[in-house]
Amino acid sequence: MVVHRPTDDELDRLFHALADRTRRDILRRALGGGALSVSELAETYPMSFAAVQKHVAVLERAGLVHKRRDGRAQRVGGDPEALQTVHRLLDELEAHWRGRIEQIGALLAEEPQEDER
Amino acid sequence: MSVTAVRKDPETLTMTMEAEFDAPVARVWQVWADPRKLERWWGPPTWPATFDRHALTVGAEVRYHMTGPEGEVSRGWWRITEAEPPRHLVFEDGFAGEDGEPQVDGPVMVMTVALSERASGGTRMVLRTRFPSLEALQEMVQMGMEEGMKAAMGQIDAILAE
Repeated sequence: MVVHRPTDDELDRLFHALADRTRRDILRRALGGGALSVSELAETYPMSFAAVQKHVAVLERAGLVHKRRDGRAQRVGGDPEALQTVHRLLDELEAHWRGRIEQIGALLAEEPQEDER
Repeated sequence: MSVTAVRKDPETLTMTMEAEFDAPVARVWQVWADPRKLERWWGPPTWPATFDRHALTVGAEVRYHMTGPEGEVSRGWWRITEAEPPRHLVFEDGFAGEDGEPQVDGPVMVMTVALSERASGGTRMVLRTRFPSLEALQEMVQMGMEEGMKAAMGQIDAILAE
């Protein structure tokens, strides 16, 4: 499987986008498939429409969400591909721990000392 | 010995892994509690770990370093937050600077270890790693682990071929 390796700039944008609680919440809603409009999102948070729009723009630059026009509303949809980066990192962590577990197994398989029996 | 379950939750940046070992709980606890045993598995084979300070008591500060194939050194620390030998351990794990002390503002992972007896004998170990941010996860994964894993797989193949 070929995995897209993000550049440092892409990662910077991704981390910056995910470093804010409101943006993470917007992302969760967007990935939920609801394709909420920016106005609907603005009603959810104690901040101005413009502030929510800014958060959406940061998420958009990080490639996490995309906006599309739907009549007069701007709808925000999630982009699951960016989240694959997170999945890939968790996969690598899993591989690392599998390596450790193998090493523990090998260690325990050695002849136990008398006082450990 | 085998990994029996893995759960990865991208929303909370948490990985939970369950493994089973053909050894009693007290012996499995020793791979954490005895620093000389811990050194034999904590680092990837090409980045062996040395524990310079080690104690598994609540509040204890642990210091370790790992040495890479080119002689490069990567330093880390644990802070033990819960310890109930021989079954339960919770600690924070982070990166240390050249002086071996924790990096200010560095990412801190939280690890939970739970050991229990299996009905059919042996020990079940449940490990949970939680990352504070995607950046912390990235940094952790990048620490020379891919090379380390390739070497580990080679070692396992060698053991299986015996």
